[in-house]
Amino acid sequence: MNKLNAKIPDGPLAEKWTRHKASLKLVNPANRKKLDIIVVGTGLAGSGAASTLGELGYNVKVFCYQDTPRRAHSVAAQGGINAAKNYKNDGDSVFRLFYDMMKGGDYRAREANVYRAAEVSNLVIDHYTAIGVPFARDYGGLIDNRSFGGVQVSRTFYAKGQTGQQCLLGGYSALTRQIQAGTVTMYSRRELLDIVVVEGRARGIIARNLITGEIERHAAHAVVLATGGYGTIYYLSTLAVNSNGSAAWKAYKKGALFANPSFIQIHPTSIPVLNEFQSKLTLMSESLRNDGRVWVPKEKGDKRNPNDIPEEDRDYYLERRYPAFGNLVPRDVASRAAKERCDAGYGVGDTGLSVYLDFRDAIQKQGAKAIENKYGNLFEMYEKITGESPYNTPMRIYPAGHYTMGGLWVDYNLMTTIPGLFAIGESNFSDHGANRLGASSLMQCAGDGYFIIPYTIADYLSNQIKVARFDTKRPEFEEAANNVKGRIDKLLAVNGKETVTSFHKRLGKIMWDYCGMYRNEEGLKKALTLIKELEEEFWKNVKVPGSIEGVNQELEKACRVADYFEMAKLLCTDALNRKESCGAHFREESQTDTGEAKRIDSEFAYVAAWEYNGPDKEPTLHKEPLTFEYVKLQERSYT
Amino acid sequence: MKLKLKIWRQKDAKSKGKFETYYLDSVSPEMSFLEMLDYLNSQLILKGEDPIAFEHDCREGICGSCGLYINGRPHGLKGKTTTCELHLRDFKDGCTIVVEPWRAASFPVIKDLMVDRHAFEKIMQAGGFISTNAGAAQDANAIPVAKPNADEAFDAASCIGCGACVAACKNSSAMLFIAAKVSQLALLPQGRIEAKERVKRMVAKMDELGFGGCTNTRACEAECPKGISISHIARLNREYYAAKFSD
Repeated sequence: MNKLNAKIPDGPLAEKWTRHKASLKLVNPANRKKLDIIVVGTGLAGSGAASTLGELGYNVKVFCYQDTPRRAHSVAAQGGINAAKNYKNDGDSVFRLFYDMMKGGDYRAREANVYRAAEVSNLVIDHYTAIGVPFARDYGGLIDNRSFGGVQVSRTFYAKGQTGQQCLLGGYSALTRQIQAGTVTMYSRRELLDIVVVEGRARGIIARNLITGEIERHAAHAVVLATGGYGTIYYLSTLAVNSNGSAAWKAYKKGALFANPSFIQIHPTSIPVLNEFQSKLTLMSESLRNDGRVWVPKEKGDKRNPNDIPEEDRDYYLERRYPAFGNLVPRDVASRAAKERCDAGYGVGDTGLSVYLDFRDAIQKQGAKAIENKYGNLFEMYEKITGESPYNTPMRIYPAGHYTMGGLWVDYNLMTTIPGLFAIGESNFSDHGANRLGASSLMQCAGDGYFIIPYTIADYLSNQIKVARFDTKRPEFEEAANNVKGRIDKLLAVNGKETVTSFHKRLGKIMWDYCGMYRNEEGLKKALTLIKELEEEFWKNVKVPGSIEGVNQELEKACRVADYFEMAKLLCTDALNRKESCGAHFREESQTDTGEAKRIDSEFAYVAAWEYNGPDKEPTLHKEPLTFEYVKLQERSYT
Repeated sequence: MKLKLKIWRQKDAKSKGKFETYYLDSVSPEMSFLEMLDYLNSQLILKGEDPIAFEHDCREGICGSCGLYINGRPHGLKGKTTTCELHLRDFKDGCTIVVEPWRAASFPVIKDLMVDRHAFEKIMQAGGFISTNAGAAQDANAIPVAKPNADEAFDAASCIGCGACVAACKNSSAMLFIAAKVSQLALLPQGRIEAKERVKRMVAKMDELGFGGCTNTRACEAECPKGISISHIARLNREYYAAKFSD
C-alpha cells in the first residue's frame, strides 16, 4: 500500500503547514535557472504556478491550447473567491472556513489539505489585490464581501459576476511579466497528448502544435498539470467546449492514480437546454441565490405566466424543505431538489425541465438599481441567451454538469504517484471531498499555484540539480511521440459516417442518465455496457476529416472524445464501487427517509484511488483511509 | 428558418481566400450563431468537405476567443454582444449572412475565420502588469481605493481581448485595448508606481507592431462587446502626455 503515502505532516492541524514548510528542502537561487519546469494549463492554478516559479528564477515552460493564456476557463467563474479574512466581523476564521469545506464536501476530503487551503486563502486575496485585481469595494474604499451557498458568513470576495475573469487577468498579467523577463517561455495553441516518463520520473510531455500539426517533444525536470476538470464528459456542461480531461487521463495511463473520479458537481443554476443543437449550458452564478427565490407552481402543469401565479399557488420548495439555509443550501442539495420537483411533474417551461429563480421580491425591496449593481452582467447574459429579461420575468434554471471534485491523486506535496509529476487546481482531487462549496474553486486553484506548489516542488527539485537537461531524442520520447502519432493515424483512418460531436453527444447522454445526479447499481452496470458498445462503434464509424498537418479542429475533438470513452468507464466503475451516497454522489440505494444523501462512514470513509492496468483490464482500487481528528462526522443537515 | 451564408474560406496563411456560399433550410431560431456553424460543419464533414475553422471556447461571452465579422460588423449587428452570444432569432428568416475573419494587418489570417492575435500578447508583455511578486503583498485592505475609482477600474478591466476594437477601426488601431489596461492600472494606487513607464512602453510597442493611431471615430466603443468607453482612451492620452512631458 506504499503507493498511497499521503505524507501528511505530524503536529496539530493549525501548525502542520508551517512545520512542513520549515522541513522542506530548498533550491539555491543560483541553481534554479538550471532546472526546467513544464506547467500545462494557464488558469488560476497554472498561471499562478508558472509566474511564481518564474519569479523565483526557475526556467519555466508553460502550455495552453488557447491562442493566449488569458482565455483559460477560470475566466468564466462568476460569483467569487473565498477567504477567511473576517472583514465582515461575522465570526469567520481559518478554522470555520476549513470546517465549512469539510462539511460541504460531506467528509470525504483530507483534513490537512483542506485546512491548508483555508490558511493560504488570505494570502491569495492580498496578492490579487496587489497585482491590480479590482475587487468590489464599499464606499469607505475597503473591500466588500458577500455570502455564498452552504455557509452562514460573508467571506466571498467578488468583482461583479466576473470574479474569475478578473482573477485570471491578474494572474495572466503577472505571467506576461515573467514572459517578458525571460524566465517563462509561453507555448500557446499546444495540446498535451502524452506524458513522458524516464526511469520512473516524469521528464516531459508530447504536445501537438494546433497550428502546424507538428508533434512536439518538450523535456523538463518536473511537470505540473493544471489542466482543469472533465465536466465536458457529459457533452453539455457549463465548461468551455474545448475543456477536456485528456491530460489527467494520459497521466493515469502512465501510472498516476486517479482519485474519486465519479465525484462530479452538478451545478443547480444553469440556463436550461433550449434547442437540440445546443453546444453548452451557461451557468448563472450561485450568488444569485442570495436574492433570488427558487420556486415551482403548486399545481402540476400550471401553464400560467409566472407573474400571474399568486403567492399562495407557489411552492418555494427550498425554503420549505431547508428553512435554516433556504435558497442558500449547497449545490448538490439544490440540484437534487430541482430534479425531484421536475421529475414529479412540477417543472416549468416547454420541456418541464426547469424551475423559476425569481427576483421580484428583491427588486421590490432593494430597487432594480441595487439588483443591477450586484448582478447586472448576469441578467444581461441571461437575456442574450433566452430573450427574456429577469427584471420582469423569473429566470428559468436547471442543473448542469460543472466541476469535478475527483482528479489525479496527489500527496500533501501535490505530487501524483509518478515522481516529478504534480497536479494542481481542479485537476487534482484533494480539497473538496464529494462536493465543492461555491467560491472555493478559485481559492484552491490560486492557493495551489501561488503558495503551495512553489514550496513543495523545490523539495522535489532539490535533489535534481545535478541531473542534466534531457535530450528529447531519447527512446522514451521517441516511443511516446510514436504512440501519439499512431493513435492519430488510427482515428483518421476510420473514415466512417458519423461526426465526433455526434458520438460525444451520445456518450454524454449515457453519462447524464446513469452517472449524473442520481445513480444506482443497475443503471451504472447498464452504462458500462452501453459505453463499451458505443466506444466500439466510434472506432468503426467515426469520421475525422483532414490530416495530422495544419489546423484540424475535428482531430482535436476526436482525440479528446476517444479519451472520454475510456474515462467514462472508470467513472462508472468508481460510482459502482461507492455504495454510499455522499455529497454530489447520490446512490439511490443509500438515502435517508427524507430523501437526503446517506453516507456509510464505517465502510466508505476513504479516497478511492484507481490504478491503470492496461487496456481492457480492470483497474486496481487503492484505498486511502480518511481520518478525522478535528471535525465531527455528522449527517449533513441544512434544515 | 432558412439562411444563405457567404463565408470566407482560406486554406492557410499563405493561400488566397475567397467567399463560398452555403444554404441552410431548416435551422431553429433558438440556435446560437456558432451552433449554426457547428451544424453547417457537420454537414460539410459528412459530405467529405473541409469544415470551416473558427475560434470559440467558453460560448458565454467571456473568454474572448470568438470573433467574426458578420454582415460588415465585428460580432454582428446586435451591439454589446460577442459572436457566441448571438442567436438566429437576431436574424431574419431567409436573410443572407456574410461572415469574415477580423481584417487587420496586425492580425493575419491563420485559416478560414481564425486570425493570429499574438500582437496583443506582445503589447501586454511590454508593460500591462504590476511588478509585485507572490508573497510580497500587504493586507488587501491596507490600501483603500475610492469606490468610483474601483468601479471604473473594473469597467476597464472587463476587456476580453477579442480584438473587435481593432477590427472595427478604419486605422486598425489598438488604442481601446491598450487604454483599457492602462486606465485600469492607472486608477488603482497599486498601479501608479509604474504608470509612466507602462504607458510609454505599451504605446511604443503598439506603434512598432503596425497598429494605427486613434482618430476619434468611436467605432471601437460602438463595437466593443463589453461596452468599454473611449473615455479610457482620453485617460490613456493624458497618462501618455504626462509621462512624455516629465521625461
